[in-house]
Amino acid sequence: MGNKQTVFTHEQLETYQDCTFFTRKEIMRLFYRYQDLAPQLVPLDYTSCPDVKVPYELIGSMPELKDNPFRQRIAQVFSEDGDGHMTLDNFLDMFSVMSEMAPRDLKAYYAFKIYDFNNDGYICAWDLEQTVTKLTRGELSAEEVSLVCEKVLDEADGDHDGRLSLEDFQNMILRAPDFLSTFHIRI
Amino acid sequence: MAQPLNFVLNVAETPEDHGQEPSPYDESEVHDSFHQLIQEQSQWVAEEGLELQQREPGAGGPETSGSGQQALPGPEDALVHSTATLRILASMPSRTIGRSRGAVICQYYNRSVRLRRRVSRPELKGVGRSARPSLRLYDLELDPAALQEEEKRFLLVKELQGLPVAQRDHMLRGMPLGLAEKRCLREESQTPTGKQRGRQGPRGLFPCCGRLRDACVLALHSLGLGLLAGLHALRPWRYALKQIGGQFGSSVLSYFLFLKTLLAFNALLLLPLLAFIVGVQAAFPPPAPPGSAPSFTGLELLTGGGRFTHTVMYYGYYSNSTLNQPCAPPLAGGQCSREAAGLPYSMPLAYLFTVGLAFFITCITLVYSMSHSFGESYRVGSTSGVHAVTVFCSWDHKVTQRRASRLQHDNIRTHLKELLAEWQRRRGSRSACGRLRWVAVRGLVWLLSLGTTLGCTVAVYAFSELMIKSPVSAEQEGALLALPVVVCLLNLGAPYLFRCLAALERHDSPVLEVYVAVCRNLILKMVILGILCYHWLGRRVGALKDQCWENFVGQELYRLVVLDFIFVLLDTLFGELVWRLISEKQLKRREKPEFDIAGNVLELIYGQTLTWLGVLFSPLLPAIQIVKLLLVFYVKKTSLMANCQAPRRPWLASHMSTVFITLLCFPSFLGAAIFLCFAVWRVKPSSTCGPFRNLDSMYEAGKVWVRHLEEAGPRVSWLPWVHRYLVENTFPVYLVSALLLAVIYLHIQVVKGQRRVICLLKEQISNEGEDKVFLINKLHSVYERKERSSPVGTDASPGLSSPSRLELEGGQPGLPSARTHCCAVYPHRVDNL
Repeated sequence: MGNKQTVFTHEQLETYQDCTFFTRKEIMRLFYRYQDLAPQLVPLDYTSCPDVKVPYELIGSMPELKDNPFRQRIAQVFSEDGDGHMTLDNFLDMFSVMSEMAPRDLKAYYAFKIYDFNNDGYICAWDLEQTVTKLTRGELSAEEVSLVCEKVLDEADGDHDGRLSLEDFQNMILRAPDFLSTFHIRI
Repeated sequence: MAQPLNFVLNVAETPEDHGQEPSPYDESEVHDSFHQLIQEQSQWVAEEGLELQQREPGAGGPETSGSGQQALPGPEDALVHSTATLRILASMPSRTIGRSRGAVICQYYNRSVRLRRRVSRPELKGVGRSARPSLRLYDLELDPAALQEEEKRFLLVKELQGLPVAQRDHMLRGMPLGLAEKRCLREESQTPTGKQRGRQGPRGLFPCCGRLRDACVLALHSLGLGLLAGLHALRPWRYALKQIGGQFGSSVLSYFLFLKTLLAFNALLLLPLLAFIVGVQAAFPPPAPPGSAPSFTGLELLTGGGRFTHTVMYYGYYSNSTLNQPCAPPLAGGQCSREAAGLPYSMPLAYLFTVGLAFFITCITLVYSMSHSFGESYRVGSTSGVHAVTVFCSWDHKVTQRRASRLQHDNIRTHLKELLAEWQRRRGSRSACGRLRWVAVRGLVWLLSLGTTLGCTVAVYAFSELMIKSPVSAEQEGALLALPVVVCLLNLGAPYLFRCLAALERHDSPVLEVYVAVCRNLILKMVILGILCYHWLGRRVGALKDQCWENFVGQELYRLVVLDFIFVLLDTLFGELVWRLISEKQLKRREKPEFDIAGNVLELIYGQTLTWLGVLFSPLLPAIQIVKLLLVFYVKKTSLMANCQAPRRPWLASHMSTVFITLLCFPSFLGAAIFLCFAVWRVKPSSTCGPFRNLDSMYEAGKVWVRHLEEAGPRVSWLPWVHRYLVENTFPVYLVSALLLAVIYLHIQVVKGQRRVICLLKEQISNEGEDKVFLINKLHSVYERKERSSPVGTDASPGLSSPSRLELEGGQPGLPSARTHCCAVYPHRVDNL
């Protein structure tokens, strides 16, 4: 496979390579995946940096995401305006953070934002309830859900203010060695 | 509404306020950093013109906080008044730092400065009690300048310019900023003058050493990443692994990743062997043995004998002389045939050193990957916090199939229910009778397992003795397959027996169950291998006095490897396919059998041990193992997709990977290394074949060479010296062991100290939380008192005011919520109130 591609300039590809965890080939492969989502919308020539956003419905229907209960939050966190519609930059960013090579701190930061449903910088009890409900598809009773949230806050809340800050979350993530392998999407 | 603001704050100068604690309006006296940050934020907000938005209570949810702890009283209770309190609270550093881009940039600037200055966290004793950990991390209070975001960004860009390219890229990639931001930072930090390595600043003692070390570490890291990337670029397997992960999750995937790791190890082992032994000997073939070579029958593929005996595959083929030797001076009348002038290549030496080198490289790689894996998966205090870990870390995002996803939901729900049930049930102490029964059952099962192992061992020993007593003639090579078949059958059957026995004892924890199963299987396999090693080195050497016993051992190991592969195929076929058919047709259950991860991984470890045992006697054995692993991958994958389902119990994937690599290193590789050392040092090589045929032991080839070097002259005299005083002497060994023990002890003490520090820090965080709650209460009570005593409730209706560019939306001051995006407090306004 030669280096002849007309989608990006050399500079652009270099930048993508330096700022994400992907190699050249993977970036091209990701671009074609992005383009496949909305072939009429996404041009095949990105040298002029067109401002194209793929709507959330198409992103959420990707095979890697369609069965993920947090797909909406993931798309919202990585999209520019928080509405789930993603540009190519957002798309690459998302898969770069969710890839194998991303370090733990980076993943923990974004995981925190994903689980923070109301975007207030804290994971409060309401956020936790949403998370648990999505995890169990609503099959736990309300009492069980609130019990679980209580135990989570007991375990992870360091300064006892009733919610998890970024530091509490990171501290808890450090104790979970499986985090790196589960917070990972293969594409 | 352009009414002039005339809030007059009449702080009731009540006696109790005097002198006890500073009023919150004297913010600068309370806490410097808060004041500065508030100023920062207020100016930023003034520039951006943000609005105070109000969220519905349902979305905000402070009212729904069901936690039994004392939640913040301020925002929740102050529904009617104290918007000023809310304004202050909303502009607290902790609310803005986690989110704002400016804070991220500040953090990374400080991090890079720390990297440069090698200053890690400030000492605990130097920090006052009132310093919030989050602030300290962002270094804002230690930095008296309190720079704006733009200045910090400029400084960050300058820092990035000073870093070498690889480190800069590494830092850029790890920043939690959007791609557009990173692009800007990258462009700005790429100066035409290139990397400025000569940045001088207040440095430590050896700046160049620090840079060199950084460069080395980065180079190694990128080399490691490059190798890994190369491995990951195995294109057909990328999709296969994705499919497996998508359908079965990380746990089953760990088996296939382990298989890939083993492939890498075998490739690493094979390369030096191919280059230095096999290739060279193939280029200079020894004279053919008398008699014609036997014809090729299909049986060779199984027994490894026959046609394959006198090939590069086995030890016996290799010559014991120096290849490519320049011609000795011709005897009287003789004519020296001209040979190509080349490097004289001593085969015995090459054989010994290459095998030693290959093992050494494997050892280093194994120890490195083991320690890396250990570092990733074991943390101080990692056993607590199981609920939080389940909620946040148990959803495997790799799973993409609908059915597997549903299974995951079910698993997590079941696990959460189990955790709740365990917590709610009072674990009553078992009665003495129950405890006795528990101990008795476990003791019995262990006894039975060990008894089975002993039985298998005795069987193998007896059979091997039988094989010695009845020697096999050349025509009946098929009979040689008997011992390997027996061994493989025992290896296959005993784990099933162990599984049945384990059903008797009911473990509470599924992880413990897996560990116990792994332990028992491991003991069985290692003991059987031990007996076989004794059989080869102890008995066969004596029995095959004048023949090539090394060839025989090499062929035995070849047979074991090949038959192991065949039995794995049979096991896959019968264990999984037939079981599935039976359970579907006969028992009418829709459940497919689970993929037995532990058993399969132990099979892989066993196969790898065989390869390592056989490398000395059959240098091409790693190649055969590679082919076998490739085939096993496809067979297992096909069978998995068709017949199995993912394990129901939660599986600690990363812990188990560490355990697998440790098992690969300790019983497996260590045992093979001991076997190799024994064979090299103690056993007399056979006198009819191989590169060591005239020597008393294989190691003697090295000794002969050293003696040769001693005579060669003073130029290389350091080598014999090294050999005499460091290798043959026992004192350095003791010294090195003592040093290692000291280093281990030091590390243990360091870890203990770190545990204590963690406890202290947790306490401190908890105290800070209490401080915060106390201050908020105080603030709230002060405002309340002020509002009660103030005649004109002007500050309760912020809608009347129009501060410079701050617009307060909504006319309901009574429903402020803690979820305000951002708001500012204008200290000068507050003073005017």
